[in-house]
Amino acid sequence: MRLRAVAAYTIFYAGVLGLWETVARSGPWPAHLFPGPLEVLAALVDGLRGGLFVRGALVSLYRIAFAFGVSVILGVGLGLLLGRVRLLDDTLGSLVRGLQVLPSVCWLPLALLWFGLDERAVIFVVAIGALSQITLGVKAGVQDTPPDYLRVARNLGGSGLALYTQVIFPAAKPAVLAGLKQGWVVAWRSLMAAELLFHALGLGSLLQAGRDLNDAARVMAVMLVIIALGVAVERLVFAPAERRLRERWGLADA
Amino acid sequence: MAEQATWSDAEPRGGVAVQPALALHRVAKKFQAPPGTVDALAPLDLAVAAGEFVCLVGPSDCGKSTLLSLIAGLDSPTHGTIRADGRRVSGPGTDRVLLSQDAALFPWLDVQRNVEFGLRQQGMSALDRAKVARHWMGRVSLAGLERNSVHRLSAGIRQRVALARALAIDPAVLLMDEPFGALDAMTRDRLHAELQAIWAATRKTIVLVTHNTREAVALGDRVLVLSPRPGRVVAEFRIDLPRPRTLEDTALVERTRVVLRALRSGAQEEVGTP
Repeated sequence: MRLRAVAAYTIFYAGVLGLWETVARSGPWPAHLFPGPLEVLAALVDGLRGGLFVRGALVSLYRIAFAFGVSVILGVGLGLLLGRVRLLDDTLGSLVRGLQVLPSVCWLPLALLWFGLDERAVIFVVAIGALSQITLGVKAGVQDTPPDYLRVARNLGGSGLALYTQVIFPAAKPAVLAGLKQGWVVAWRSLMAAELLFHALGLGSLLQAGRDLNDAARVMAVMLVIIALGVAVERLVFAPAERRLRERWGLADA
Repeated sequence: MAEQATWSDAEPRGGVAVQPALALHRVAKKFQAPPGTVDALAPLDLAVAAGEFVCLVGPSDCGKSTLLSLIAGLDSPTHGTIRADGRRVSGPGTDRVLLSQDAALFPWLDVQRNVEFGLRQQGMSALDRAKVARHWMGRVSLAGLERNSVHRLSAGIRQRVALARALAIDPAVLLMDEPFGALDAMTRDRLHAELQAIWAATRKTIVLVTHNTREAVALGDRVLVLSPRPGRVVAEFRIDLPRPRTLEDTALVERTRVVLRALRSGAQEEVGTP
């Protein structure tokens, strides 16, 4: 079964690459606008060797790590508060839900006015996008604490802060993890959008630079790097955490 | 009915009138159920002696579970007072632990940490917690499962974990709400035997709610029959059969029949003519 999956996977991607190459060679678009996989690979190797892609990726990763860290700290705290204090949920909660609708890159012009052409503007945009996702995820997790758990915990002598640290927060773990994951996706997307507009080294601005150089192969190579990093974080950070949670809790595969 | 006990008979064995472990005086409960209210429990009196094993049987929805959560202090009565060991119940307390049918184990903790939960709330050291938890896990045949995730456990094992978790904090009263309702017959029989052994050894006061009349007769010193909603006690039986009892015991089957008859006539009385 496992072998079959690997075979299907290999055949599928070989097919995609073949189709891509065929379209690039025989398609209606000029080769410099629609390069084949080999040119893109060459551009990728070139970019990685020259160190530019690596530096760009590191800058982007640094930004998202910083911004995401800030939004995790604020979002978890805020989510816990909103989840337990009804009045806050009715007031501040509605504001957070409203802001969630706003694509976070829409904050960029304002952020540039506030912070100037500065790293802080990008960090702000990324953090604020993830913040509402994480806040709402944590809030939902806290509000959905099965009442049975709280009843049992109180009955066994749990009270005050211990109820939070030993029952409410652990019970919210699956929802918190889902919120973090969604928050990360939003953060990654808004970082790329912000970097497209904000001209300082980063993966987004490398895309823009490729366009300025009329170098489609390079643009595609940067896109591959962005996809690879996104998949890597999903596989290395979120997937293992989800697997652990599923094993311990016996949750159905999501 | 010869088995029917009067209130004066309901004193502890030995006949000494000491303070009851549980005393309910005119306890009634109404629920808001728009557009009106629902009477879940009619005014009800109940005294349970320390160390007594009392079983409540009644039709579904007769308020037996409500009664247990009132005694546990997880809900408050609309009228009347509940006293546990002479003190008025105004909230949950570790002297009265409620066990529900679904066990409600914490999925983020392994078996032993579940059992230790109440001890941790008391601020007991990790070493002492483990000692107490292991003692009770051994008592309910959980040895070897200490580090298991609780979600993989069968319903019977989950019930054992819940029982060990309750016993670990040494409550005076165990309140059991259909604890064996979801179990297969074999598992239930084993747990009946274990519960009887634990009760014999610890002399906890137990109030157990069930819709299984034979289970009630097999386990209880006394069986109280509740009417359909709003629940009130329509009959009371003292079960003086020798222990340990088994469900196949002829005398037990005979007693069960008598209790069932009371349950049925209590039900008819409330429902009226069809």
